[in-house]
Amino acid sequence: MSTMIDIAALEEIPRQGARVVRTPAGCVAVFRTATDEVFALDDRCPHKGGPLSEGIVHGSQVTCPLHGMVFDLATGLAQGADQGRVATHAARVEGGRVLLAADFLLRRSAA
Amino acid sequence: MTRKLVVIGAGMASGRMLEHIFEAGGDFDVTLFNAEPRGNYNRLMLSPVLSGEKTYEQIVTHDAAWYAAHGVTCRFGEPVTRIDRARKVVVSKGGETPYDALVIATGSAPFVIPVPGKDLPGVCTYRDLEDTNAMIAASRPGARAVVIGGGLLGLEAAAGMAARGAEVTVIHLMGHLMERQLDPAAGYLLQKDLERRGIRIHCKGATKAILGKDHVEAVLLEDGTVYPADLVCMAVGIRPEVRLANDAHLEVGRGITVDDQMRSSDPAIFALGECVEHAGQLFGLVAPLYDQARVLAATLLGQEAAFRPVQTATKLKVTGVDLFSAGDFAEGPGREDIVFRDPGRGVYKRLVLEGERLVGAVMYGDTADGAWFFDKIRSGEEVSAIRDVLIFGPAYSGGASANPLAAVAALPPEAEICGCNGVCKGRIVQAIEGGATTLDLVRAQTKASASCGTCTGLVEQVMALTLGDGFTANANPPMCKCTDHTHEDVRRLIKSQGLKSIPAVMQELGWKTAGGCASCRPALNYYLLSDWPLEYRDDRQSRFVNERNHANIQKDGTYSVVPRMWGGVTTPAELRAIADAAERYAVPMIKVTGGQRIDLLGVRKEDLPAIWADLNAAGMVSGHAYAKGLRTVKTCVGSEFCRFGTQDSTGLGIKLEKLLWGSWTPAKVKLAVSGCPRNCAEATCKDIGVVCVESGYQIGVAGAAGMDVKATELLCTVPTEAEVLEIVAAFVQLYRENARYLHRIYKWVAKVGLDWCREQVLDPVKRDALYDRFMVSQSVYQRDPWAEHAARPADWAPVADLTLRAAE
Repeated sequence: MSTMIDIAALEEIPRQGARVVRTPAGCVAVFRTATDEVFALDDRCPHKGGPLSEGIVHGSQVTCPLHGMVFDLATGLAQGADQGRVATHAARVEGGRVLLAADFLLRRSAA
Repeated sequence: MTRKLVVIGAGMASGRMLEHIFEAGGDFDVTLFNAEPRGNYNRLMLSPVLSGEKTYEQIVTHDAAWYAAHGVTCRFGEPVTRIDRARKVVVSKGGETPYDALVIATGSAPFVIPVPGKDLPGVCTYRDLEDTNAMIAASRPGARAVVIGGGLLGLEAAAGMAARGAEVTVIHLMGHLMERQLDPAAGYLLQKDLERRGIRIHCKGATKAILGKDHVEAVLLEDGTVYPADLVCMAVGIRPEVRLANDAHLEVGRGITVDDQMRSSDPAIFALGECVEHAGQLFGLVAPLYDQARVLAATLLGQEAAFRPVQTATKLKVTGVDLFSAGDFAEGPGREDIVFRDPGRGVYKRLVLEGERLVGAVMYGDTADGAWFFDKIRSGEEVSAIRDVLIFGPAYSGGASANPLAAVAALPPEAEICGCNGVCKGRIVQAIEGGATTLDLVRAQTKASASCGTCTGLVEQVMALTLGDGFTANANPPMCKCTDHTHEDVRRLIKSQGLKSIPAVMQELGWKTAGGCASCRPALNYYLLSDWPLEYRDDRQSRFVNERNHANIQKDGTYSVVPRMWGGVTTPAELRAIADAAERYAVPMIKVTGGQRIDLLGVRKEDLPAIWADLNAAGMVSGHAYAKGLRTVKTCVGSEFCRFGTQDSTGLGIKLEKLLWGSWTPAKVKLAVSGCPRNCAEATCKDIGVVCVESGYQIGVAGAAGMDVKATELLCTVPTEAEVLEIVAAFVQLYRENARYLHRIYKWVAKVGLDWCREQVLDPVKRDALYDRFMVSQSVYQRDPWAEHAARPADWAPVADLTLRAAE
């Protein structure tokens, strides 16, 4: 059973955009798609550390603003011929609030 | 009747001549004298023998069986001491040998510099097998050898001995190696190569003496340097061996003088090889010697033949060093050089032209095209038509219809195609062979042409070469993978179908993806806001990060902040405000930009609204240094202060910037205004540049100083500032309405033509309409984004901070 933390109102995240959640385990980008789905990924491109939260969101993908690598928001997997994966975290919308699974925080702090 | 043919010297030339004679069935009783105790061998191959890559047996050209089969009387190791022309006999220690025809093929003798110690044991030259064997014997590992002479032969000797383990020093009189073939830079490349092989090179070294008691011990140079030596090889040059001919009173210049039939001044005596002088010329390379052998054989057989010297080519026979030279490299009146250097690859090429012909070629490091250049030298054909690409070899000049693909085909696999991503040709070919048959696939897999895109053409050529007929270059590719429409089609359809939102465009034009991609979204956003300034609302989420955040993102995720400085003019108050802001937000770097303003680098995203608010408070607005829009208007001080200024260039620059700022354009737009043709504001390489003259203002457009460098082209000259402002605004609007997204003005003008642009902006009706449309757009977009965003600082900070929560 995962611990979900209420981080923000859905409206605080722009459609086809993202906002950053600062955590002890690094920044997490919380994305909101054009259809109001939310996804949470580490805010760090595995290529050169670019902030994915600043990328252009299209469909359920994001393009890293630094060098254009594309990631699937649901799986964190690099698209096309690129290799790489961004850690994903469970997130959902409940009653207009965005909830983020905090398991990864506990895991890291326990380690 | 069988004639008696006596040949003095069993060298390469005489051996070849005998072959010709016997092949033609010539009826001769041949006696072959040789001072060396052996028959003909390939002297050119002594270097591989020295270095151990070949054995003597492998370079013998004629053996005892061959001489026996052809009835040649061999008198090897028996030097001829005298020629008695009157009695037609040659004299050797074995007595007299009569001849009907005599061939002198005594070759050349190495030049020995007359220094003390030159006759010491352990001093040799590099001419024959004895020398070679002496060097081999002396080249045991750890032995010290000194080679005097850094020409072709000396370097081959040095490399050969070094290959056998000797510690070799080359002493060369001139400033650089092989000065007859190479210029100093190429000589330096060669020296580096040889030094990497452990050979010490001492240029500008004059030998003073060879030291030693009863064997060579060291070499002393004029500058006092002493090199210990167990062996000294003199390889400073050769001269024709003409002593016999001199003694016989034959006509001798530098060599034995012969006519076109190789006949000396005595009709019964012929000469051949390195010992001859023909038409004032000496010969040291094998090709002309073989030619002489053929001519002389014919002459002796009573056939017509004439020797016509041709150009020759040579290669340095040092394994791993590629050096090729051909023809004549001497400098002379009317001669010109074409030089190509690539120090990184160690490649050097030099061509010597005389008038319209190629007369010499030297290549170092990459000698692949040597044969082709040699061919051009020999044929003497006119090369002026291909002069500009001549040095690149056949790949570029493969004939009248030069094939651009050939150039790409000639590139080695390690040649870099994409500079941005460091992708070489081999990697691209590999990807194509692995199934990447479209440009998109190649881009996806290799990143070639995926950044700035200037190498797209090259990548396509590599694809054309690799795929052959299977590849069709797409001259005007679709906008991106999301659609089959080109940029131009999309722009046209947006207007003709009245599409006023990104979803509408994607829906109506059949976008293949949901939400497009990072390539088409910013383009569509621009097209829509440019075409429907009043109806369309800018979509911030379709903008690239820099435009969305109104600051340039840096590689570490921080941003740069550049306030606008109108025309590059500032005030103490502004500077103070900038300094205060820089201190307050601990800005790591403050940099003056090329566009005459100040860049604050390394600002954290959450600090942006506050720093903007501070700068706003001092009266400054965003400089749009991040925008596909108007960037800067650079100016010089103009007539207000400058004694040369013809107009108020600073004032005009400020007016232009105040008119144009805030406008979005397909790609960035940079302006400059210079107060006189001295052009201190560098207006002639800007997207739009105004140069003031006494009579008015010259408006130039379509300059570039980025990935391409290009001077502006004159759009028009106008007498007043007001006209400058109107025409520039109209021209910018024309660009905004017509260009493809991300095409700078120079690229767009190249496509539509300057004449067309001129027609639009100089026609008063069209110009007014363009100007009006521009002002409509400005009524919406000319506003300071900083002020807007500074009001909502919460949007720029993290939406939640769980570090605090964890601390609790």
